Amino acid sequence: MPTECLVRINGVSFAYDDRPILKGIDMEVPRGKLVAIMGNSGCGKTTLLRLIGGQLKPTGGELLVDGQSVPAMAHDELYAMRRRMGMLFQFGALFTDISVFENVAYLMREHTDLPEEIIRDMVLMKLNAVGLRGAHHLMPAELSGGMARRVALARAIALDPMLILYDEPFAGLDPISMGVIGQLIRRLNDALGATTLLVTHDVQEALSIADYAYFVADGQIVARGTPGEIRASSDPFVHQFVFGEADGPVHFHYPAPPFEEELMRGDVHA
Amino acid sequence: MRDGMIELLRSLGHALSGAFQTLGFAARFFTTILACSGQSFRRLHLTIREIYFSGFQSLLIILVSGLFIGMVLGMQGYETLQRYGSSEALGVLVALSLTRELGPVVSALLFASRAGSSITAEIGLMKATEQLTAMDMMAVNPIARVVAPRFWGGVISMPLLAALFSAIGVFGGYLVGVVLIGVDEGAFWSQMQGSVDFRLDIWNGIVKSFVFGIAVSLIAVFEGYDAVPTAEGVSASIKRTVVYSALAILALDLVLTSFMFRGV
Repeated sequence: MPTECLVRINGVSFAYDDRPILKGIDMEVPRGKLVAIMGNSGCGKTTLLRLIGGQLKPTGGELLVDGQSVPAMAHDELYAMRRRMGMLFQFGALFTDISVFENVAYLMREHTDLPEEIIRDMVLMKLNAVGLRGAHHLMPAELSGGMARRVALARAIALDPMLILYDEPFAGLDPISMGVIGQLIRRLNDALGATTLLVTHDVQEALSIADYAYFVADGQIVARGTPGEIRASSDPFVHQFVFGEADGPVHFHYPAPPFEEELMRGDVHA
Repeated sequence: MRDGMIELLRSLGHALSGAFQTLGFAARFFTTILACSGQSFRRLHLTIREIYFSGFQSLLIILVSGLFIGMVLGMQGYETLQRYGSSEALGVLVALSLTRELGPVVSALLFASRAGSSITAEIGLMKATEQLTAMDMMAVNPIARVVAPRFWGGVISMPLLAALFSAIGVFGGYLVGVVLIGVDEGAFWSQMQGSVDFRLDIWNGIVKSFVFGIAVSLIAVFEGYDAVPTAEGVSASIKRTVVYSALAILALDLVLTSFMFRGV
């Protein structure tokens, strides 16, 4: 891994009340690279993304973005940092009361004093980059899931961010849309010279575009490496995850007392 | 028995502490709205848009209800007044009932049901679909951008709607009393003009509707912002907006009337 890192995480922990979610995470995201964070649902991937974006504060450890400690930032500093970030939410989170064009123009209007003609050209460029220039007049309710995700992507890159965060960008997409979004994520990262952090549980798609990957399980990093190293890994967790096996270190059954005992007791309430 | 009592006390304490916590959060939320208001007033089109959605789009229900209530007042008032041979005082009765009480209170109740519930639903759904989080992640303050304009849109709309409600109500009373029943038109208007005091009756009504506007708008935006981000959560918040608004309007009306009442 190159030494110049945009995001550096040292021993970060986080808990909701008494329930620990992250337990001493160490991670580095080098500038210009596309790093994937993978793991099963509920393992703490999205929490990690929220900690990096400053939406949550860690209970311990150090979290630096571009050399600045995110938890120590005041509100204005946090907003200044977020202006240099783009985030794609799991289901797009498009503003449903304004058109596709206005969604992409939103940040430009909020944070710049650019004239309307420039905003128009920039929005059309961003929409063209995701292949939806022709859909600029549509409302979010008129878009398919894949199209909504692409518009959200155009909105995330509206101000050419230094860091783009993706929260489950492939969730609920058909294989074609998934491939399109995957290639867009890679292409936009390279074209914008940005750094990308991709949180997903879609292993094959993520490994096909990422430069480096981390595996999170039970709030800890259990494996890390390049896509080649991950595919060749003999670690049982990574093997189970990469090849989608039903049982292994991650159990099929949610923890429960023995079935016979529960049936005999007969006091289970819905 | 003892366990039951302990359990009862525990749930009572839990409910009370939860209520105080919510009240505290609502107070902090209100001060944040006020702090962010300058920012949102600088982009006046946002507030004007909300006045259109909350105020203008509530016009129909306000005007129709005002007309009907004024007509009913005309009939009921005539029925009572004619027993004492004072049917000419019908204009006074209709105008005072509307400007002092029915105008502000009924229009606020209607506003809470029509506009308050839709404000809560809109903000709650924006929260459930992560639009508020997305805004915050884009370094755009959702309280300044979404909440404050809706709050002020409601506060500004409410007195205007109450005034229109009272005006159309007086017209409804005129239609029934003068046009249909045949009360003397001159007496109807002149007694009204002579007995309705601008400061005591009209201004107090405006003050009431302004206070109701603050209460209903605050409850509506708070319930939306505080909604549990699920379908059930948003639905429960809408229900709370309507119920709490109605209770707040009636309780505030009692308090305000007590201060305004002079016993003369």
